[in-house]
Amino acid sequence: MKQKSLRITVVMSAAIFMWISGVGMAADYRPAMLANPCAGCHGTDGASPGSIPSIKGLPSSYLVSAMKAFKADKRKGTVMNRIAKGYTDEEIELMAKHFSSAK
Amino acid sequence: MNTIDRRHFLKWLGTASALSAFGIPSLAFPKSGARIVVVGGGFGGATCAKYLKRFDSSLSVTLISDTKKFITCPFSNAVLGGMKKMDFITHGYEKLSSVHGVKVVHDTVTTVDSSAKKIRTAGGKSFSYDRLVLSPGIGFQWDAIEGYNEAASESMPHSWHGGSQTVLLRKQLEAMPNGGLVIIAPPGNPFRCPPGPYERASLIAHYLKKNKPRSKILILDAKDKFSKQPLFQDAWDEFYPDLIEWVPGSQGGKLDRVDAKNMTVYASGDKHKADVVNIIPPQKAASIAFSAGLTNKKGWCPVNQKTFESTVKPGIHVIGDASIAGKMPKSGFAASSQGKVCAAEIVAGLRGESVGISSWVNTCYSLVAPDYGISVAAVYRLTDKGIMPVKGAGGVGKRDAPLQQRRMEAVYAEGWYKAITADMFG
Repeated sequence: MKQKSLRITVVMSAAIFMWISGVGMAADYRPAMLANPCAGCHGTDGASPGSIPSIKGLPSSYLVSAMKAFKADKRKGTVMNRIAKGYTDEEIELMAKHFSSAK
Repeated sequence: MNTIDRRHFLKWLGTASALSAFGIPSLAFPKSGARIVVVGGGFGGATCAKYLKRFDSSLSVTLISDTKKFITCPFSNAVLGGMKKMDFITHGYEKLSSVHGVKVVHDTVTTVDSSAKKIRTAGGKSFSYDRLVLSPGIGFQWDAIEGYNEAASESMPHSWHGGSQTVLLRKQLEAMPNGGLVIIAPPGNPFRCPPGPYERASLIAHYLKKNKPRSKILILDAKDKFSKQPLFQDAWDEFYPDLIEWVPGSQGGKLDRVDAKNMTVYASGDKHKADVVNIIPPQKAASIAFSAGLTNKKGWCPVNQKTFESTVKPGIHVIGDASIAGKMPKSGFAASSQGKVCAAEIVAGLRGESVGISSWVNTCYSLVAPDYGISVAAVYRLTDKGIMPVKGAGGVGKRDAPLQQRRMEAVYAEGWYKAITADMFG
């Protein structure tokens, strides 16, 4: 009986941890909804097969600063200055985390 | 000794999710095994099928394409200009099945029974679905221009589908004499790939300038303005000053009729006999959209602007050129972007979840010469006026941009192509 209650405790704790930490909660689609169109030029998950720079796995802080610099026209680009202006700073952060952690 | 097994754990979780109705965050239980059928293996359909599996690998996703190989319209103008061969624009579906687990069927859908949620194919198969996605592309309004029908397109190709029509037009360009006349006749709006006819004129001009420099291209346009117009015209003045002449609709560009047998085009009372005639006819949604009863009076499919579910027939989503997607153009990139949004909406809908944000992009490059590219881009959001471009973002490149930027955009045009086709098929 002692062992059973221990097991219950472990399982209950795991479930409570999942609930608190958000594991298994409703998915947050926003990063993918924002970032998926980028794959059209930068490749699936940001891994480019061609001449356009890969952004997959780059540090989030770098991606955020690059996007903000394009947005403010502080960095020269071709199309990115025009595209970066379509996103809020919060959205840029979500997208940067998405590509940074892409596997 | 009793043990807590998986069954007990799930029972406990069931209690937890029942509690969610009272304000405790729900634990996600994806509905597994829902059957999604995607019809059309182009930019919209192939992308949607792949991203459905990426969002939820437990889905049963069937992609029905009427061709074994998909030949893209993007970069078909580079084939016409002699810069690329057909194999560059030809793609297979192997990885969609072997890597992503999409069931790929090569067949033609003949019937959509939306009440029974079932489709039938020319090959005698039938498929039941929980959700159907149609990405069928365009059809042509044959005979909207007097004398221009499917038979006439064998001598005056439209080349607005990648494939044998691309090959035919290329052969005609190769066979025409130095000093010959090429006519390109673009339609009025809306149509697939708004800058496409003008990129085509540019790359054919590139070929003629090198190989048949005394020739001429006459663009007889149904419209008075066109996509990326100032950038195209600046570049034409620079590269092809005596080679390309553009005639707007109000100044003689509108076609009265064509005589395919005699390779003659009649426009606003003038008669033009040409060596090569490329008629890009007015368009509508592909025929399956009509037979499924999804079109409006103008021949396109009205859809919910968030989910791309048909506003005519529930349970059927329409994406890509056939759909009416707010201010988005009918382009491969737009279709791909819509395919991903539609995939997310379907998965979230099956789980009873919300995607939280609706965002699309269109990025489109045109080549004016092999090392000279121009672009247009926009980020789109769902507003109370439908899908609208974000103000202050997007637009065409600057008119006074340095040559280096045009060179980079030519390099990126090919990078774009490699990325978007890998995103569809890789």
